[in-house]
Amino acid sequence: MSRLKDAFNGGKAFVAFVTGGDPSLEKTEEYVVALAEAGADIVEIGIPFSDPIAEGAVIQRANIRALNGGTSLKKLFLTVKSIRNKTPVPLVFLTYANPVYRYGYDAFFAECAAVGIDGIIVPDVPYEEQKELKDIASKYGIDVISLIAPTSKDRILDIARDASGFLYIVSSMGVTGIRGEITTDIGEIVRAVKSVTNIPAAVGFGINTLKQAEEMSKVADGIIVGSALVKIVEDKGADAALALKQYVAEMKAAIRHNDR
Amino acid sequence: MEKGRFGQFGGQYIPETLMNEIINLEKAYNYYKDDKDFKAELAGLLNNYAGRPSLLYYAEKMTRELGGAKIYLKREDLNHTGSHKINNVLGQALLAKKMGKTRVIAETGAGQHGVATATAAALLGLECEIFMGKEDTERQALNVYRMQLLGAEVHSVTSGTMTLKDAVNETMREWVSRVRDTHYVLGTVMGPHPFPTIVRDFQSVISLEARDQILKAEGKLPKAVVACVGGGSNAMGMFYHFIPDKGVRLIGCEAAGLGTETDKHAATLTKGDIGIFHGMKSYFCQDGEGQIAPVYSISAGLDYPGVGPEHANLRDIGRAEYHAVTDEAAVSAFEYIAKTEGIIAAIESSHAIAYARELAPSLKKDDCIIICVSGRGDKDVAAIARYKGVKLYE
Repeated sequence: MSRLKDAFNGGKAFVAFVTGGDPSLEKTEEYVVALAEAGADIVEIGIPFSDPIAEGAVIQRANIRALNGGTSLKKLFLTVKSIRNKTPVPLVFLTYANPVYRYGYDAFFAECAAVGIDGIIVPDVPYEEQKELKDIASKYGIDVISLIAPTSKDRILDIARDASGFLYIVSSMGVTGIRGEITTDIGEIVRAVKSVTNIPAAVGFGINTLKQAEEMSKVADGIIVGSALVKIVEDKGADAALALKQYVAEMKAAIRHNDR
Repeated sequence: MEKGRFGQFGGQYIPETLMNEIINLEKAYNYYKDDKDFKAELAGLLNNYAGRPSLLYYAEKMTRELGGAKIYLKREDLNHTGSHKINNVLGQALLAKKMGKTRVIAETGAGQHGVATATAAALLGLECEIFMGKEDTERQALNVYRMQLLGAEVHSVTSGTMTLKDAVNETMREWVSRVRDTHYVLGTVMGPHPFPTIVRDFQSVISLEARDQILKAEGKLPKAVVACVGGGSNAMGMFYHFIPDKGVRLIGCEAAGLGTETDKHAATLTKGDIGIFHGMKSYFCQDGEGQIAPVYSISAGLDYPGVGPEHANLRDIGRAEYHAVTDEAAVSAFEYIAKTEGIIAAIESSHAIAYARELAPSLKKDDCIIICVSGRGDKDVAAIARYKGVKLYE
């Protein structure tokens, strides 16, 4: 049974994102533990990449900070191993195809399994190209999480049928980043998903306010927040733990209203 | 062969948000590429607006001086807007219009593709926005103004290394934000399927003409065709109709910058490794962790860390060969062809000319070769002057 899927069993889930190595790997360890303690049900850790084409300005800057700080995938694996000793929270890597390809798919997923990573999200590997990842990831029990976009339309059912872990519903067109409003009919996408699978569906991209969190969690099984948390890290640097915890606790309270 | 693949290379490695758009693009392209009216309209634009067919010019003086194979120049520099880029842009802009798009966006390095896109947009009545690395807007300031004159909005990209790869990143980010009315006019044979095929097809007019022209002039095929390779669009265009002619060597020249033994080069096929980036599996200049490496060349148009997937395959199956040419050799060729033939060629194309200067003397006098002069060099004059330590005042 997927630990990621189980993370949605306790009600509406809050999925938190931070960039690995921003501002340092020690801080990533501290922040992931803090996010989990504050109520995050899943934590995504971004593997920094030189050219993150799906990211907006906030996460792009975090990638640059992390890389300039000397973050490497090998060191990040050690950090994850250390995090795993402190918290059982399900962990997901968010990364781009090239660092994984370069590491070698087999070596990468073997290492993921060894340090306690539960899944990966690769925004530049769509449904059509997933097979080369999935064949190897599944051997090591790692879920490859699929994304569904506002433009997916007739692709939704195929993607949902083959999904594992949870489904990442992209709320809006464009790249990651804080948005004033979300106009996509998320309810309609989630209904289509539910017609073919019982895999949970979480919504991300642009969510940052309590109101958005509450609204999105009405129609989906969980919400994913990245840029708002990374912005806190950007603003507070090495002293972000408390602010991150407060933010997660408030957001978690906002989505709790919608627990069945 | 798997759809959209050249051997193991190619594919569609892009965000889900763009997938339906890419699928629609493929459908539209497959329909219009065989549509009589579309073909006639495009041929009309190429012949009556862009100035095709381009000349195949016998460089007699250069041939005599080098003392080997007869050298022919495929004069893409004589096209409207001054480079081969117009071939692809007219095709894609027309396709975009047929698809009901009202706006085009594009990346540009040297500015040639941006100028060509802005030109086609002006002609066909499309809105146009161009993304160009901040460093390139400074290296090629004249082209920025040219695009603005043509009615395009030019965005200076300040992310990453502020060059061509970052301009591609930013154009992709823009496209993900707005696909409904917008077509991304990709400038070279890279990116997700179907772009490498579409761009190659539109550029293949170069070898379609050249093969015919050389047979008329010489009564036989050339020993080699030589073209510069950044992303690889003029080279793919120059190679394509010669691929079945096994006796014709296909030679691509990439940018060695300060030398492939330094870290200041853009020699993707010589020094790169297989990876997945910008929508495709291909060769990329990258580090051991898969981070895309900053690249360098005096030529903004070759200053790209990847290469089109069809080139990657042609190299790996041994059909084409690729050589790295330094800044120094390219600048020397730039000056040489100006003085010898009275042609100021683009610094990009000068990489191919540099290699041909070595190749021609090694061949027999009754052999012939074709060099693709992909663009004109007016845009490079100021940069070459700076390289030579000459102070220019405008």
